[in-house]
Amino acid sequence: MFKFSWLTKKQSFPGGLKLAGHKQVTQIIEPALPKELIYPLFLAADRYAKPCVNVGDTVLKGQIIATADSLLATPIHATSSGTIVAIEKRPIAHPSGLSDSCIILQTDELDEALPTEPCIAYTEQNRDFLRHKIQQSGIVGLGGAAFPTAKKLQPSQAIHTLIINAAECEPYISCDEILMIESAPEIIQGALIIQYILQAEHCIIAIEDSKPEAYSALLSATESNQLQIKQVPSIYPTGGEKQLIQVISGVQIPVKNLPSEYGYICQNVATAYAVYQAINLGLPLTERIITLTGDGIKQNQNLRARIGTPVKDLVAACQGYTPQAEQLIMGGPMMGIALASDDIAVIKASNCLLINQVNKPISQACIRCGDCADVCPSELLPQQLYWYSHTQQWDNCSDYQLADCIECGCCDVICPSKIPLVQAFRVAKAEIQQQQKQSASAALAKKRFDNHQQRLQRIEQEKLVKQDKRKAAIEKMKAAAAKRKLS
Amino acid sequence: MLILCLLFGFLGLLLGVAAKKFKVQGDPLVDQIDALLPQTQCGQCNYIGCRPYAEAIANNEADINQCPPNGEAGIIALANLLGKEAKPLNSEFGEQKAAAVAFIIEQDCIGCVKCIPPCPVDAILGASKQMHTVISSECTGCELCISPCPVDCIVMVPVETTPEHWHWSQHV
Repeated sequence: MFKFSWLTKKQSFPGGLKLAGHKQVTQIIEPALPKELIYPLFLAADRYAKPCVNVGDTVLKGQIIATADSLLATPIHATSSGTIVAIEKRPIAHPSGLSDSCIILQTDELDEALPTEPCIAYTEQNRDFLRHKIQQSGIVGLGGAAFPTAKKLQPSQAIHTLIINAAECEPYISCDEILMIESAPEIIQGALIIQYILQAEHCIIAIEDSKPEAYSALLSATESNQLQIKQVPSIYPTGGEKQLIQVISGVQIPVKNLPSEYGYICQNVATAYAVYQAINLGLPLTERIITLTGDGIKQNQNLRARIGTPVKDLVAACQGYTPQAEQLIMGGPMMGIALASDDIAVIKASNCLLINQVNKPISQACIRCGDCADVCPSELLPQQLYWYSHTQQWDNCSDYQLADCIECGCCDVICPSKIPLVQAFRVAKAEIQQQQKQSASAALAKKRFDNHQQRLQRIEQEKLVKQDKRKAAIEKMKAAAAKRKLS
Repeated sequence: MLILCLLFGFLGLLLGVAAKKFKVQGDPLVDQIDALLPQTQCGQCNYIGCRPYAEAIANNEADINQCPPNGEAGIIALANLLGKEAKPLNSEFGEQKAAAVAFIIEQDCIGCVKCIPPCPVDAILGASKQMHTVISSECTGCELCISPCPVDCIVMVPVETTPEHWHWSQHV
């Protein structure tokens, strides 16, 4: 590993690291059908799917078991046939390690699927219909962020360039690479469907130059000049959406803006493959390729895993753990999250399971070497941010653009004092967000309290006015009575 | 000399106009203190709401450690603003509790409307002889509705952490 110096840089993003790949591109195998499949209803952020089956129902593979009512959410499909045995709280794949509502499906080993309705001539279809079909097929970004694809394919601006992200820059992960080698024509088809939906002029597949086999597979699957396949230098994090756009086009997109506002949209290769399956074959997203790797597992393997498969079943398909198995990370070594147990099921965003030894070096004080600032792809000053977040100076954190941090982990890797910088930044970001939320709710409470006080005052005043009126009326009556007496 | 005099005269006029035109309305210190208070309007500080307490702090009538919902972090923020020394929360006024909202056990509610006037943010809905309920998104957790209830049907329910509301500063 060496620092990527500016001397060797061509068109690229700032910073970044050349990391050792540790990639073992193994053939995809099919694990045995698990006895139990687990589907968390929690999708992302504040989005949940709503179960539409009851305990005791029998379902078929591909049947929707939880619906989504907006484009920002996607339905959940059963990934094999069987019986719904429970809707209960189970630990889910989330950094919190919390339990949340999950639909539990007991498989019946028949693996019966719903009949499919493919629509092959996609160019004759309405584009809204295609988007709807993509949404109903449960497709989300399979690169790791799991953002609903149909929503991303409905930009408010015109798109001129679609970039298919095949960079897969994080070490250890090889699920996209093997998918490109084994299914290049399908990926190209999927890319063309997305290009048609977006009416984009250009479609570029961007692949790291460390994947020659996948590159040639894509080249030989491409007819004429439908789309371009571009090799990009293997510098982590070149697969970051905005980093990749900068490498391809030289355009730097501000953090506050979406790529679509500049006419670009990125989609992962596995997402393109899922779109092909949904549109051309009518298959919903029920499985994905996942890499099981690390010293802690006997056989490094790419697997075609059903969504909802518990991690332990996948580990069993790789001959089990080795004595080195100490921690389980979902995602890559740079951006993955630690899972508390192997009973947790894989979700659509799970591209990799890394099982290895716990390697938590003792961190020392910051020596202000500045290496972290050199490698930061967002051109931030991590050492300064760390100082401010460490001392809880949240305002200064915001002033030094903490929100721009993409949590890629480059600074963690390069730091000679082994300071867990990204973790500190995550906490700082959460604190700032939490404060904003609190002040918003405090402002609401204050407004309601003010209204309440004003109402009380108004009632009081009205009472006084009424009293005065009554008094005046009584005075009048008294005066009239006195007059009558006199006369 | 004359030019200088004229210039000074003009600048003086400009300053005078600016001072009139951009005069700060209200008491900015009270606003700043009020902005640091949690706005639960719970009255645990012995003032009827957060703003009266802010006014009392600004007038040096109250100390900065009388607000239990604000906790230690809030006291530090107030101390920083006012250039005072931070101190621990005064336990005479109560202890800081985990976030909670009021909940009315509907089977037990007799519809007496006694809990409605004390609510500082009008978060309780109900009418005479009708069942009442708390709008939990508006409830500040001030507990002022608890003691007026003659049948003790209002309980404080802690706010549960779900993946939706979890954030990284809760990471262990």
